[in-house]
Order: sequence, then structure tokens, then C-alpha cells
Amino acid sequence: MEDLTAEALNLAQAQGAQYADIRTLERHSESIAVKNGNVEAMALSDDEGFGVRVLVDGAWGFASSSRFNKSEVDRVTALATQIARASARTVQKKVQLGEPIAVKGSYRTPIERDPFEVSLEDKLKVLLTADENMRRVKGVMVAQSTYDAIKTHKIFASTEGSYIEQDIYEIGAGIEATVVSENDVQVRSYPNSAGGQWGTQGYELVTGLDLPGHAEQTATEAVQLLTAKQCPPGRTTIILCSSQLALQIHESCGHPIELDRVFGQEAAFAGTSFLTTEKLGNFRYGSDLVNIFADATVPGGLGTFGWDDEGVPAQRVQIMDHGILVGYLTNRETASEIGRSSGGTARAYSWNHIPMIRMTNISIEPGDSNLEQMIAETEDGIYFGTNRSWSIDDKRYNFQFGTEAAWEIKNGKLGQMLKNATYTGITPQFWGSLDALGDRSEWICWGLPNCGKGQPMQVGHVGHGAPAGRFRNVEVGIVK
Amino acid sequence: MLGDKEAKRIIDEALGYAKEATQAEVMLNTEESALTRFANSYIHQNVAESNTRVSVRIVLGKKIGVAGSNDLSSEGLRKAVENAMTIAGFQQENPDFVSLPGPAPYENVNSYNQETANASPELRADAVEVVCKKAKAAGLVASGAFEIASGDIAVGNSLGVFAYAPYSNAAISTVIMGDDSSGWADYASSKVSDINAEAVADEAVGKAVRSRNPQRMEPGDYDVILEEYAVADMLDYLNFIGIGAQALQEGRSFMKLGEKITGDNITITDDALDPAGFPFPFDFEGYPRQKLTIIENGVARNVPYDSYTANREGKPELNNGHALPAPNTYGPIAINLFIAPGNSSKQEMLKQVQHGVWVTRFHYVNVSRPLPPTLTGMTRDGTFLIENGDISKPLRNFRFTQDILAAFANAEAISRTTKLQKGFFGGTTVPAMLIRGFHFSGVTEF
Repeated sequence: MEDLTAEALNLAQAQGAQYADIRTLERHSESIAVKNGNVEAMALSDDEGFGVRVLVDGAWGFASSSRFNKSEVDRVTALATQIARASARTVQKKVQLGEPIAVKGSYRTPIERDPFEVSLEDKLKVLLTADENMRRVKGVMVAQSTYDAIKTHKIFASTEGSYIEQDIYEIGAGIEATVVSENDVQVRSYPNSAGGQWGTQGYELVTGLDLPGHAEQTATEAVQLLTAKQCPPGRTTIILCSSQLALQIHESCGHPIELDRVFGQEAAFAGTSFLTTEKLGNFRYGSDLVNIFADATVPGGLGTFGWDDEGVPAQRVQIMDHGILVGYLTNRETASEIGRSSGGTARAYSWNHIPMIRMTNISIEPGDSNLEQMIAETEDGIYFGTNRSWSIDDKRYNFQFGTEAAWEIKNGKLGQMLKNATYTGITPQFWGSLDALGDRSEWICWGLPNCGKGQPMQVGHVGHGAPAGRFRNVEVGIVK
Repeated sequence: MLGDKEAKRIIDEALGYAKEATQAEVMLNTEESALTRFANSYIHQNVAESNTRVSVRIVLGKKIGVAGSNDLSSEGLRKAVENAMTIAGFQQENPDFVSLPGPAPYENVNSYNQETANASPELRADAVEVVCKKAKAAGLVASGAFEIASGDIAVGNSLGVFAYAPYSNAAISTVIMGDDSSGWADYASSKVSDINAEAVADEAVGKAVRSRNPQRMEPGDYDVILEEYAVADMLDYLNFIGIGAQALQEGRSFMKLGEKITGDNITITDDALDPAGFPFPFDFEGYPRQKLTIIENGVARNVPYDSYTANREGKPELNNGHALPAPNTYGPIAINLFIAPGNSSKQEMLKQVQHGVWVTRFHYVNVSRPLPPTLTGMTRDGTFLIENGDISKPLRNFRFTQDILAAFANAEAISRTTKLQKGFFGGTTVPAMLIRGFHFSGVTEF
């Protein structure tokens, strides 16, 4: 392997590259979906290849291939340098990477139980039992249980002397029940929507979720949603469950702090960011309770690894300090533009993608309240549970979220269930209205396996730690 | 690209390893793709990829397993078959499964263009330079992407199916930005020579110039002229929410067949053979794609099926060639959608609006509610106030929250020209529309 990585790096330098790196990747994944008692999808997938990134005349070129042999390494490296030279025709400011980084090391996700050594029968039993328990509840139209496990072996080598091997294990599982009536469709999930809970963990994640044990309650709530009251429009106090607060962080904080986005590099796709660099150190993003860190070392977090795909070590970087913007997500190129060192967030989804700034685990520090106390202190409000929809504008100001279920809060107590619940706001105003957060015991690091960014679009696997949180004077109940 | 003979050889070899299976299917996809991305008026990302994928579906009785790999060597193929056999062995029987499709003739379509496949990094950089120069000349900044892809897909199964076709596509898009304004344009085709970077740049620059100093207007219900970019988003999400047979079978679909669900002037078809889209002759089971009238003059008529959903109803003749790659929990889907043109133009529509909003495109659309199919999202890159039949001034961007079938019921005018947008594998070809009473639920800061 080292022969071929050295071949690419030497050839790139011989062809004029000031810098080059090569990543090889082998990925083994297993996916199971059970639906209404049938195992509707069960698949194993192997994927492998390599990508060469070169910097020529201050501009980037990247090429990749699924065929990892000497002649293909030579062809791909030459193509990468040809592409970089084409890029250089338009260059305005040469890419600077800061101080050279030379690291040799290895990392393996700490796991208790290798998911690929658990029998298929055991996995199916969990999913089929959960499915059966959901379908026992009268009115469930579609019961679905899903399981995914991914094992990735990757090598990073650079012309600066780095050579890093990593073995990353990722796993996710969840259930959902769908109910329908003549004019309505409602879904309830556990423990989260969009694939459930994910992390860089072993099979212990699935065991800990106890999907069969939560199936009946999940399905019962789905059925209740059909006859639930419509979420009323108005302004009120809202409490977001932990997983919804995690997605709120993702969309309204995680993306706008990506420094490549701030610099306009994502303008043509998902947009730019209102958190421009003149705001660093002085912009009030939220209330004093807003203390947010980007931390790629959170045990079990989906955004946890040893080194990023530029060979920068995983680290914890403060983003918001008592509501003030103090940091960004950076890679080597963007960090050097603001005079900082990389925060280690350059990641590529696979061998055929370039590394770009991706969220690691972007988490809010816990507060000193708890869900029970927050509800008890609320005269009139709504508790939002489990995300259903999300949308935010191209500078990350105006957002609208919907959740699968919500509950009225009246006189400090949870009341009747509400359906089609939505809330909307403007990011800094919304975070400025945060007045209570759950404590460490209610803090969960949620894994989101479906973050899209870049062109060609890359899927990002990221994490967000959050407890439940309470926000005042929020617009709710947006429907047409 | 593998070519048909090599694809057939590989598929036959893989099927040969699967003799013990009740049925077996092998799908191959090779692709060469490249994308030049620019921002701040220079190329900042520039990538190329060469990939092959093989996917094997094994049927043991009514047990099904799928395995994939990008190793096309004999060893890789054998391992993929073994993995799929292992998985199928662990499966439960799926009583709804009847059979993979048998052989059926498909039409030859012109889905491939050699010049597109040969497009170089320099060709892409030339186009990007044109866009960047136009933006700079207007004191603006250009961002965007120019992407090229070519490859081939082959599907074979143990029942005698063998289908092969090459494909190519090219697409350019740009956002041109000023300090407080922006404009968008894109163009897609199966032929790179159709891409006119200058025209794309002119359209986006023009929007960015006209949208300077946007004014805030209160949200509410407005008559809107939606450009093709925005209409395509609405149709794509409607498709995603519930046009397919599986959504219908599960009771989740708004497609109440035989009932009127939109206005008389809305006809939606799926036609993978129409050269105006991205034509491709067969689906991911190797079954011929058939033209499908989904909504005809407002009435729900047909939904896309694959072999599984057709057999589940005991009517294999329902299969109209809309399978996605296995394993597929989503169900069949239309990927070459068309909305029939009307008899108006954007200028004629403008004259029909006293007080309304011109929308260039939407951003970050998502499903707010599946039934009635309600979307939320933002306007972006050129939102304007219409007063007395003319565009009067630029507006800050709105958030919309709107039942899409209701919007299509209120489409008072439809343009006679249509535009192709690149989608998942296929494309979406739609006209612009004048829609009465479109709901904007919020407004943003710019």
C-alpha cells in the first residue's frame, strides 16, 4: 500500500505539485430494513478506491478511481495535476495551507461489540420483534425498522510526510410507525426520525436503544396523532426535545459556522452564512446559555475520529461563548486566512470526494434545568418532539421546523397532543430567547447520517449533543 | 465505459456463479464524471471520478438478498454473489415477491454523446471563465458548477433479461452575487455542445443587477409568477411525497386515481424516451421504461410501478418500468417528469398580475406535511414585486408554506415554453406558471 501512495505523491511532485495527498478507502456496509413483517431490504456493500489531491500553482485539482493499481494511480495523479492547472487559470489568490503537518499514527473507533460479528439472525430478531410490536397497535399502516453498520478503513498520506491509518465504525438503528386516514398521514419514530440514532460505536448502540421495548409506545402515539388537535397558530413559549434541539443546532449554527461557507465557497449550492468574519469575537448569536463546541473527540459521537482528512488531529474548539461567536469550523486553507490553525474538520465522505469542512460533533453545553422543571415553570407553551421537516434560508437566518408530535403545556403540565406542529424564527433572535437548558443527565449526542453539502454532493455523518431547551415568544403553527 | 459486449460478459460470469439461486439479477454501472466548481469568481474545487459498481440480487424461493461492490474482477464478482446468497439465506420469505421481470424489448434512444464524454478540464474552465468575466464586468461575483458525466448501465437476469445503454449529461449553474443581490441561471443537456455559458451568465447577471436594494414586504397570500426553476422544485417534491405505486399501496398518496386533484390545465407525464429530457430506455431491473400519464387535465390517472409493486397487486402488466436499484424501500419513482406547456408567456403572465410576486427559484424546500402535500421553503436569487403588470422593485426573500396541489389548482396561466432541470439520474421539464393566492408565511432579513 505504501508503495502506491508514495508513487502518487512522488509523481505529483515531479509534475509540479507544491503539495499533494492521497487517500485510500475501503468501506464495508450492511443495511437492513424490515417493513410490515417482511425484510424488505437486506444488503451488503463493499466499496474501495483512492483519491489524489494536488496543489499546482496555488490551485486545487482532484481525481479518483475505484481501481487501485500502479497504472491507474499514475493516470489519476496526472489527471489531478491537469485539472489543477485548469483551475489555476482563474486563480485570484493562491491557496495557503499554513504550517506543514507531518503525522504518523493510527486510530480505531473504540467499540465493545463488532457489529459485523453479530449474527444476521440476532439483528433480524431485534428488527422483526420491534416491527411486530408496532403492528400489534391497531391502526398502524406501515411499521418500519432499520439497521445500518459501516466499517471504513482509510489511509492518508501527504507530501509533507503524514501517513495515517484509521478504522472507523459507524452504526445506526431506529423504528417508525405510519398511520393514515382519508386525508391525513402521520408518522412517529423512535429514538429519532431519519434513521434513528447513529454513532461511532459498536453493536452496543443497538442493544442500548431497546427498539422492541419502545415499539408499542411509538405506534400508539402515531395512532393518537390522527385524532390529535391541529397545532394552533400564534406566539408562545416552546420547549424542544433533545433531538430537535440537536437539529436546530445543525441547521442554524453548525452550517453557518463552516468557514468555507462564510467565505462564499458554497454560495451556488446551499448558500452562504450570516456569521461573517468581522463578527468573530463580538457578535451576540444567542443568550448567555449558548455555549457551543465543535468536538471531534466526543466518545461515540457520529462526528468522532482520530484525524481529519488533511491529517489534522481531532480536537475540541469553542464556537459560542455565552452567546458570543468565538470560533469557526476550519480546514487548513480557511484557517490560514484568519490567522488560525486548522480545527481539524476537513472530511470527505468517500475515496471519490474531496475533503471539505464538515461538522464534527457540534454540541451545546448542558444547563442546570431539566425537562420536568422546564415544563413545570411554563404557564402556557408547546413541547415539540422529534423532527419531521426542516428548512432554512441561504444565509441561515429564517428557519422553519416541524416535528412529528407536540404537546400543549398548560399551567406547568403537559396537556393534549398536537399534530402538524411547526415553529419558525430568525436565528439570532431565536437563540437569544433561550432561557433554560437541561442538565448533563439529559444531554444526548445525536448522530445525523444525512447532512448534504458540496457539489458533487457529499453525505456527512455528524453529531450534535443537546439536552431539551426552552425558548420564549416563538411563532408556531404555520400552515396553509 | 464497459461497452455492451464486456458488460454482457461480466453479467454472464456473475450469473454463472449464481446457478443455485432461484433467480438472480446483476446490474452494472460505470461512470466517468467531473465537476468544476467556482466561487468568488475563481475555480476553487475541480474534481474527476472514475467508478464502477456491480450489484447482485439473489432470489432463493421468496427470500431476497442484495450485495454490491466496485470490484469487477472474477474474485470480486464471486464474492458479491456469495454475499448476496448468504444474505438471502438468512432472509425471511417475502410473500409479496413473485418474480423478477422477464425479457421485454426496449426502444433504442439517443442517450449518449461522445463529445460530452470527451469534455476536458480545459473545456470546463473555458466556460467558467466566461461566466466569471461577465460577473466581474458588472461588478459582481460568480459562483457555480459545471458538471459532466458519462457512463453505461447494464442489467441482466437469470430469466434472460439483458439491457444495455450508455448515457451522458452536462449541466452548468451559476449564482451571481452583489452586495445585497443575487441572480441564478442553469442549463442542462445530454450534449455538452448545447451548453451556452454566455447565455447562462447573462441571465444570472441580469437578475443580480435588477435585484439590488431589495425591500421588505409583509408575508401573505399573493399572486405569483413562478419561473421554471421554482415549478420544477414543486413537481420534484410532489413526486417524492407520493406519486409512486408504493405510496398508493400504503395509503400515503394524494394520487386518488380517477379524481380531479389539480386544475384542468395541469397534465403531468413521465417519459424516459423523450429526447427533450435525459432519455434512457430501461429501468434498474432492465425493464423498458414506458411513457406514463400521471395527471391528465387535472385528473390523477396512473402511477409508476416496478415488478414488485405490480406483482403485489397480482397484475404484472402494471409494471411500467420505474424500478430503482435494489434494495429499494422507497418503491418505484418517476425520474423523467414533464408538465405540459400552456399557451402563455412570462410577459403575458406579467400583464395579468396587478399586485404580486415574481419568483426566480426556491431554496431548501422540504415537506412540511405529507397530506395534503404541503411544502415549505424560501425564495432565492431574484424575487420581485409585480405592480400593475410590470416588475416594480426587488423584494427580500419570502418563506412559503403551501399545499402544492392547491397551487396547481390555481395555476391560471402556463408558459408555452419549458425548461429541463437535471434531477436524480433523469430530469424534470416544466413551464413557468402564474398561480393565484400563493401563501408566503414569512420573510427573511435579505
